[in-house]
Amino acid sequence: MPVAQQISTVPVIVDDDKCIAEKGCRTCIDVCPLDVLDINPETGKAHMKYDECWYCMPCEVDCPTDAVTVEIPYLLK
Amino acid sequence: MSLPEDIQVTDIDVLVIGGGTAGPMAAVTAKEENPELSVMLLEKANVKRSGAISMGMDGLNNAVIPGHATVEDYVKEITIANDGIVLQKGVKAYAERSFPMIEKLDSWGVHFQKDETGDYDVKKVHHLGTYVLPMPEGHNVKKILYRRLRRNRVIVENRYQATRLMKDKDGVISGCVAINTRTAEVIVIRAKSVIMCTGAAGRIGLPASGYLYGTYEMPANCGDGHAMAYHAGAELTGLECYQINPLLKDYNGPACAYVTGPLGGYTANGKGDRFIECDYWSGQMMMEFYKELESGDGPVFLKLDHLAEETIQEIEHVLHTNERPSRGRFHDSRGTDYRTKMVEMHISEIGFCSGHSASGVWVNEKGETTVPGLYGCGDMASIPHNYMLGAFVYGQICGESAAAFSADRAFADIDIEFVIAEKERLLAPLNRTDGIPPNQFEYKVRRLVNDYLQPPKVTKKMDIGLERLREMKKDIPFLYARDPHELLRANEAQSILDCAEMAAVASMYRTESRWGLYHYYVDYPETNNEEWNCHVQLYKNHVGEMECKKIPVAPYEIELDDTEKDAYNQLRIKEAV
Repeated sequence: MPVAQQISTVPVIVDDDKCIAEKGCRTCIDVCPLDVLDINPETGKAHMKYDECWYCMPCEVDCPTDAVTVEIPYLLK
Repeated sequence: MSLPEDIQVTDIDVLVIGGGTAGPMAAVTAKEENPELSVMLLEKANVKRSGAISMGMDGLNNAVIPGHATVEDYVKEITIANDGIVLQKGVKAYAERSFPMIEKLDSWGVHFQKDETGDYDVKKVHHLGTYVLPMPEGHNVKKILYRRLRRNRVIVENRYQATRLMKDKDGVISGCVAINTRTAEVIVIRAKSVIMCTGAAGRIGLPASGYLYGTYEMPANCGDGHAMAYHAGAELTGLECYQINPLLKDYNGPACAYVTGPLGGYTANGKGDRFIECDYWSGQMMMEFYKELESGDGPVFLKLDHLAEETIQEIEHVLHTNERPSRGRFHDSRGTDYRTKMVEMHISEIGFCSGHSASGVWVNEKGETTVPGLYGCGDMASIPHNYMLGAFVYGQICGESAAAFSADRAFADIDIEFVIAEKERLLAPLNRTDGIPPNQFEYKVRRLVNDYLQPPKVTKKMDIGLERLREMKKDIPFLYARDPHELLRANEAQSILDCAEMAAVASMYRTESRWGLYHYYVDYPETNNEEWNCHVQLYKNHVGEMECKKIPVAPYEIELDDTEKDAYNQLRIKEAV
């Protein structure tokens, strides 16, 4: 059963200028109850890897540099 | 045969599966009971922010506080709200510990609203009694629980998903198999007792938005515990009594009549008129909600636009900082201002959640399931209308029971064949190079649930739904995951399929209608107390098939007056003559 690659717009936005992942910070990745954030291998910053969000906000609230913004997923906005 | 060397085995006296609300309380209690015991809290996410209350909670929905309510009144109200099908001993055990638990939490630093005299500021939301205690500063509950876990030296293992329970040769629980959600490492935890606190099964149905994770329940709570308990031979109960909630449309979070009601907000129809007497969530209330939605007076709204500015600011403060704080953002993006616009509401997808209704893994007043050594608490266990405070109380009860059970028990031998087979089952989707992605598999299960299983329930439809769901079992050997995260979703999707099958089988077994919309069975529209004033237990029989049986409702501890029994069937506002 062959598979296709599809894209989707994601609700969690990380400001690369503010994100301090390169200093070892993993706060947003650690607190996400659905484990959908990860380090973007291209930028070294946090990003939303999987579009599986409950818009619950620990990632935004716990971020030490206010780099994370949670928007409402497009399908229900 | 010996266990492969790459499978790590850990021995623990009390294993707690699920670190949301009930789990931390269960783990802390087991340690408080006996500090010599080793206690592990296993969590699929991270205990700091896991479960239904990751962002806190805005109030207690079921506080039984002396001077405001009595144990007897509460037990009666919950019995009536559940059309009589309750284990009253279990509800009573909660009610008796409700206030001591509030005091315990208060001493831990959880703040509850008090009036100018220092008394708890309890509000009336239920149809009969007064049980709602606001927590306007309730956003820090998880932090407080986390501190207690650390202080009591509970071993916390984050990012491990338990997948199957293990039993010894006598059928007593002996631990679990689990998998790391980031590395796909499979481990075995041998335990002398296990407490399950895996939350609701909130990802069975598909939300109206079509977004798989836009559920009412925290979507990590997908029925893993229900499926695990079923496969371990435990009985589940009341699964035909679905959880269906009135929610903000599309956002799918609570409209929070419990917060707004005491301040003057209410549920209204399209004309802005009240149509229900009471906003407390029950199947009967949901039936009136459903009828209004389907009528010419629909849709249904949360009405706040008549309130004073300062009241609206108070509501915004609570609703937009607590429990589901992105609510404010949702309203902003649509230009919805409580001051000028009613907020559109809708009904949720179906789920199993004892916190709000009455379904789940059967437990008694000691938190015991039907499998020796296995305990259950929180939204997955069957004590009805337990909400957050009930999760804490039953977490405590299970912590005590499991600590006592573990005290004089040895570790059991590991069933090596079982573990090897489970490891193969778990990792199979990773070993394929193509196949069915977990999200498509899950979408299809949940779409079938909406099409065929949600009320109004019809036999012919449920027959088709069950057939289609069972056909999907043949797709499991084709599930394909590209990484451990997708594997987590593949495992969850199988729990969801199990739960969907349970929903169909239990619903078709109870050939009557009961609990308002929760079990509105069109083929059998009347409540039939002669035949169905009983619990329906669902379990895996000796040949591995899903089966149901009736068990009687235990004699009541607190009798109902004849005049009270019907109270929840009279929720619609009477029209003036």
